[in-house]
Amino acid sequence: MSNGNNENYLIRMFHVYRRYGNNTALFDISLDVKKNEFVFITGPSGAGKTTLLKLLYLGEPISEGQIIVDGINLTRISKNNIPLLRRKFGIIFQEFKLIPTKTVFENVALVLEAADKPARFIQKKVASMLRSVGMEDRQNAFPLSLSGGEQQRVAIARAMAGDPKIILADEPTGSLDAESAEQVIELIRGFNARGSTIIITTHDKTLINKTGGRMIYLKQGRLWHPPNQN
Amino acid sequence: MILRYFKYSFNDILKNKLLNTVAIITIVFSVLITSSIILFFINTTSILNLWKKDVKIMVYLSREASDGNINEIQKIISGINGIKDIIFISKEEALNILKQQMKRQFSLLENLKENPLPNGFEIHIIESFQSWQKTESIASQIEKIPHVEEVEYGQKWLARFSGIINIFKLSGYALGILFFIASVFIVANTVRLVLYTRCDEIEIMRLVGASDSFVKTPLYIECVLQGAVGGIIGLILLFFIFKSFISNVDQGIISELANINFFSLSELLLILICSMFIGWLGCFLSLKNFLKT
Ligand SMILES: Nc1ncnc2c1ncn2[C@@H]1O[C@H](COP(=O)(O)OP(=O)(O)OP(=O)(O)O)[C@@H](O)[C@H]1O
Ligand SMILES: [Mg+2]
Repeated sequence: MSNGNNENYLIRMFHVYRRYGNNTALFDISLDVKKNEFVFITGPSGAGKTTLLKLLYLGEPISEGQIIVDGINLTRISKNNIPLLRRKFGIIFQEFKLIPTKTVFENVALVLEAADKPARFIQKKVASMLRSVGMEDRQNAFPLSLSGGEQQRVAIARAMAGDPKIILADEPTGSLDAESAEQVIELIRGFNARGSTIIITTHDKTLINKTGGRMIYLKQGRLWHPPNQN
Repeated sequence: MILRYFKYSFNDILKNKLLNTVAIITIVFSVLITSSIILFFINTTSILNLWKKDVKIMVYLSREASDGNINEIQKIISGINGIKDIIFISKEEALNILKQQMKRQFSLLENLKENPLPNGFEIHIIESFQSWQKTESIASQIEKIPHVEEVEYGQKWLARFSGIINIFKLSGYALGILFFIASVFIVANTVRLVLYTRCDEIEIMRLVGASDSFVKTPLYIECVLQGAVGGIIGLILLFFIFKSFISNVDQGIISELANINFFSLSELLLILICSMFIGWLGCFLSLKNFLKT
């Protein structure tokens, strides 16, 4: 455990690399994210946006450098504490990652069950999450019977269900029409207003302009406009 | 939390009916075969034990043995470890006993000019020495004494029979172990297949913060349940096979030999625990290399 000098930083990255064999997906990334910040990560396809998010929740190992999330040094974390780290995040995956054999309700409930929440609380919480994304009528449907936009909303409900400190959204509007995209961003903004820190990757420049917030630009695995001048 | 794990296991079982059925059938067969082997041995040994009770050794002396010799022989035999008591039976006594036993053919014996029977000893063995090996060794010690012509113990043939049973027993154990390994192997592969089909699902569960035990515990419950169900079905089948076997064998022989028994309750429980252990072990083996990263 190592707290940064500044308590306000929720995420700190120091000279982080991610290599796949000879291919370096992330190259010397150093950046900080403050509590309650709303951050966009953008850049061309293959720039390393998804990879960067994955490193934060240890979906993939860090090749070099240090990352500190909410006071936890990810390079020193024990295997048993990885689930605890992941419960700090609400993750909306680029490809949704809903479990096809579980219903919409079960998919959302899973996060809370894994966090050992009481059954009665789960019942109420899942219902209210599904209501907030407008999916309460489809709670017994299976994910594959839903449209892309509906799956997206279930994924959002699941990501938010655990009241995470940090929300990671990988192209949350990528497969949506403009109106649905607007709704999704509105939902995420609501959580930001209630104190969550948000990191969103997107290709959509107009979305960034409309929403406002900090922008981080990645290109070929490097920060294009490093926010921390070294 | 336990309830939640059970809920997950039951869902898994329903979703993987075929795989679970295969695993259960394997366990049923292995329980059936191993326990019928065990049952066979329990009953054969109990029959043997019944016959073995009160082992009596008869020692026949040669005609040349003088009274002095007889006394000496009695002393030597009394000195052997494991002898409870030794009774001298003179040839006259032996003839009297024989005459009593063969009242009808009395005339046959009446015509004898001289007593054809030898002098002898009747020896009883201390209870703790009544195993085949020990009886045999006592008998062979006595055989070496001069003037001893023959040593007989009525259950001699049983000693040989018990040798054969021992061979049977060994091959039975081997067969039992073989089936045990086979069923562990198949259960392990069932779990591995389940893991394969649910690789993505498990990955997602872990990404949203599920601990390894959250993922593993339902699988363990599932496997131990498979073991229990397989064990129960196997034992029920065995019971019916046993019943039909008993009713098909001549009732008279059975009551004469010994009462042939099914397993006692504690033995049944032990077998059930073993079959649950098969499930657990299968799960353990297939999970050992899973969830490493
Ligand atoms: N598992 C992997 N094995 C090897 N290379 C990988 C792997 N994952 C990503 N990469 C490589 O890392 C680089 C960055 O990939 P990443 O998925 O982070 O890009 P991205 O910015 O999210 O792209 P997109 O906008 O298309 O989602 C790419 O060159 C990709 O080929
Ligand atoms: Mg991506």
